[in-house]
Amino acid sequence: MQIHLDAEKCQGHNRCYALAPELFDVDDYGQAVLIVDGEVPTELHDKARLAASNCPEYAITITQES
Amino acid sequence: MTDTVNEEAADSAPSRGGFADRDPIFGDSPEGTDIWQRVPYNPDDYGPVEDYATDFDHADPNYNPNAPGVWKDLRESGCPVAHSDRYGGMWVPITHDTVHEVAYDTDHFTSRAVVVSVGRPGDMALPAPIGGVPPISSDPPFHGMARRLLLPPFAPKQIEPWEDEVRTLCRRLLDDMGGIVPGETVVDAAVQYAQHIPVNVIGRMLGFPEEDEELFREFVHVALETINQEPGTRTGIDDLGKYIAAQIADHRENPRDDLTSYLMNVELEGNKLSDEHVGGSIILLLIAGIDTTWSAIGSSLWHLAQTPGDRQRLRDDPEVMTFAIEEFLRAYAPVTMARMVKEDNDFHGCPMKKDDWVLLPFPAANRDPKQFEDADKFIIDREENRHAAFGLGIHRCLGSNLARLELRVAIEEFIAKFPNFELAGDTRWSVGQIRGPRELPVRILAD
Repeated sequence: MQIHLDAEKCQGHNRCYALAPELFDVDDYGQAVLIVDGEVPTELHDKARLAASNCPEYAITITQES
Repeated sequence: MTDTVNEEAADSAPSRGGFADRDPIFGDSPEGTDIWQRVPYNPDDYGPVEDYATDFDHADPNYNPNAPGVWKDLRESGCPVAHSDRYGGMWVPITHDTVHEVAYDTDHFTSRAVVVSVGRPGDMALPAPIGGVPPISSDPPFHGMARRLLLPPFAPKQIEPWEDEVRTLCRRLLDDMGGIVPGETVVDAAVQYAQHIPVNVIGRMLGFPEEDEELFREFVHVALETINQEPGTRTGIDDLGKYIAAQIADHRENPRDDLTSYLMNVELEGNKLSDEHVGGSIILLLIAGIDTTWSAIGSSLWHLAQTPGDRQRLRDDPEVMTFAIEEFLRAYAPVTMARMVKEDNDFHGCPMKKDDWVLLPFPAANRDPKQFEDADKFIIDREENRHAAFGLGIHRCLGSNLARLELRVAIEEFIAKFPNFELAGDTRWSVGQIRGPRELPVRILAD
């Protein structure tokens, strides 16, 4: 599973950081930062889906889901 | 510039472009100043709303208590955008799609006024694109710069440390309710609890005296709930300008580690902010930070007073709070914003005219069944929840992290102290763009 963050779309709602802190951090401005290199460890697949499906700006996408 | 100069505050504050003699905000200057124009609308010519599709008025006293029903009727009658001749012309997108579209379209819709009233900014009003209360009243590209200044103090990691203080405050408010006789004692969860929490926290963040809390609540009431009063008669707004000018002057003499001093010292492109910008942003933080969160806390407690199952679930499974908070925010989103139409344009067949108002009811978008399964149902562990309670696009609520913290702690502490409670009499709802209970009597029940 690959996860992608579109930083241009992120408006700092902070939902991903709250739901999946293993995958997302926030910077000093409250903007999301992806802290994995795109590949999501198996045990975090559920959290990745949760983060993506709660972003009000549709800034997070998941690809290559098997 | 205007004849509403506040002499007392002007005397006490060094002139630096002068916040004290700034343009009043929220339609508070007399007619003919070109700052604010009275719109061609006399509230006395209109009665209670009978048809929201053609005569929408969010300030009708029956609107907020019944808003979810109003939105549902409009959606089901096939009306994605309602209209009103009130306020000089106002459009109201109701569906998630149309609210989303307006929120993102800063080319056709300006934020220079975000609270609908009988006065709207005239051509001289705002040195566009800054607006009276930046950055909420700003458009790109200035908006991005002004917003960036305010983001750091409200970023998650700056807000998290406030949790203990918020918790202590909530406990004190609950203790202040005194002796409780289960089954008999009635407390007002809005008046005695919810309303005190955000006002106390933002006042402390700004470094304003705690004893002024009542004053802040009055300012907020005037700014948001007296929108049908004549410009120039909304005296409370003038007092707010005076008050802020005095606080800025005091901080200039006695700098300290708070948000006001931060705003006075932060630099935008190498220059400190004008007093107008500092004062406008403080007004924004005061107004935006107070009755919004208070409303969210009140509405959530109003819900819990009627749902023993949800109260029990929060008790049995504290982990569910993460989802419950977002569901409270979705189902009872307090904030409706507004825009103005920049130039005549056609929006899905609606002939919008320059300077028409456009309401942005994010709470209505949150109840759209096209976007949310069982949209009118409160599902405490709803897992997919892209709600728009904090807005969409570039104006996402700056204080959302603080609001969420206050809402979560307020609910946690209330149900920890009072696991069971029920409505005890009439809930009085707010009037206008911020929706929430202003009086919420609840009877405390046995555990």
